[in-house]
Amino acid sequence: MKALTFTLVAEPPERLDLSPLTPERLAGIERRDIEKIQIGISKHGSEVGDIFRVAGNDPLDIVFEGGSTRLDRVAEGMRGGSVRVVGNAGAQAGRAMRGGTLTIEGNAGPHAGSGMRGGRLEITGNAGDHLGAPLAGELAGMNGGVLIVRGKAGGFAADRMRRGLIAVLKGSGDNAGSRMIAGTLVVAGGSGEMPGYLMRRGSILLDRAPKSLSPSFVECGAPESVFAAIIDRHLIAEGILKRPLLGIAPQKYGGDNAVLGMGEILFPR
Amino acid sequence: MPNVSVNGIVIDDTFAEAFGMRATAIIITAPNRKWARQAAITMTGFATSVIGCGCEAAIDVELPPSATPDGRPGCRVMIFAMGTDELQKQLLNRVGQCVLTSPGSACFAGLEGSAELKLGSALRYFGDGWQISKKIGGRHFWRVPVMDGEFLCEATTGLTKGAVGGGNFFVMAESSAKALVAAEAAVAAIGLVPGAIVPFPGGIARSGSKIGGKYKGMIASANEAYAPTLRGVVRSELGSDINAVLEIVIDGETNDAVAAAMKAGIKAVIELGPKRGAVRISAGNYGGKLGKFIYSLKDMLP
Repeated sequence: MKALTFTLVAEPPERLDLSPLTPERLAGIERRDIEKIQIGISKHGSEVGDIFRVAGNDPLDIVFEGGSTRLDRVAEGMRGGSVRVVGNAGAQAGRAMRGGTLTIEGNAGPHAGSGMRGGRLEITGNAGDHLGAPLAGELAGMNGGVLIVRGKAGGFAADRMRRGLIAVLKGSGDNAGSRMIAGTLVVAGGSGEMPGYLMRRGSILLDRAPKSLSPSFVECGAPESVFAAIIDRHLIAEGILKRPLLGIAPQKYGGDNAVLGMGEILFPR
Repeated sequence: MPNVSVNGIVIDDTFAEAFGMRATAIIITAPNRKWARQAAITMTGFATSVIGCGCEAAIDVELPPSATPDGRPGCRVMIFAMGTDELQKQLLNRVGQCVLTSPGSACFAGLEGSAELKLGSALRYFGDGWQISKKIGGRHFWRVPVMDGEFLCEATTGLTKGAVGGGNFFVMAESSAKALVAAEAAVAAIGLVPGAIVPFPGGIARSGSKIGGKYKGMIASANEAYAPTLRGVVRSELGSDINAVLEIVIDGETNDAVAAAMKAGIKAVIELGPKRGAVRISAGNYGGKLGKFIYSLKDMLP
């Protein structure tokens, strides 16, 4: 079986909803029928065959050759298999993923990994605002899995995160980890203003002292931490980082005491 | 088959008889080897025999920093009991009182088994609401605030129902000193066998027992057939050349681990030779009717 490949023929004339093109939803569907799936969301109503040249036959291994910021909702809700985007993706890439791996070899738009529950999403370029965050009206953001951004992330990364691991390697925008409920956010390369704003629980791990912190965070000393050793080793073992992030005794700030105050921001001293 | 002699040491034509047990293992780490060992030794104190201690426990192997989950020196500790409930109780009491309290310690699962035993998921309540749950790479940890920082403890550890307790052999010598030298050599060799522990003091028991006794309520009592002071008085197993007998009792994660440990121990005694150590090796059994596992000494020779 060869990877099911969607090669972008030209820049799409409208925004596309690619959520029907996941391993689960394409299982057992003939290529002829795949080409007829409607993915355009405006009056154009583009079908797969209008936008992509389709080849291959393995729905567990899907490749989008050529990217565009108009490719929204890539791999939404996928539960297994692998999806690879060679190029950029639009909004909500990997939203509500439950398993499998999604790799975006380019940049992703806003709300990448929004509400993820499992699996692994890796973005080699930058991600937009609200990485892993809930859509308007939802109570929790990321709820499990691993989300890696090798480049930068926009504002409000890991907003209302509840479970899982998000790692941003080249810096994030402001308010990273805002309103976190639990889980782990790693930001290397600088974290913008006020990380952890209104966080309840959870861990924000930084490679340097934050630029600013909400005044409702309090300094909690720097005792030796086995947790720091464990997470450092895990990040290296997973190929997320090359060297330890925190060291054996990171500085801790606790907060946000404007809310529950059981969260933590750790960074090497 | 008659008794055989190897390197001048008589090997009795008999066998050790052992029983199925439940076992678990944990990995204790600390800032340095001294404190990893201290926590492990403390939690395995008073754990020589299930007869009176509720469990049998000891350090299995010491682990270098490269082999522990947090990159610090550590010890793998094994605990054996007759039932799952007792094992669970002993595990939590011992880790709670001896590892949680030990400076700089952390505690990890040391066994993947057929079932799980609670570890951090019960000890977390020491945190009184300030404990933190973390799932990292599929493993679940609890972080409990303590006075030198945090006690990190894996939520659960594994349980094996295929463990074996009571593998043994007797080291018999002309004097107490020689018996001790031989037994120490055996313990040192068994220390290198993974998955096997020798739970008695320093790995050696001098009061090997028989089941029951003449007094009501005694589960075990003096094994007079192997007591040299009673040699002329009772039906003794000892010849005139034996003045001291020491027993090595072995618990193993598996049948194979017990056999490997017996082989390693017996080999060490044989290599030491009869002049410096033992002149005879025997083993304890109940006629082969009670135990599920039989280790014939002639199969354990190097």
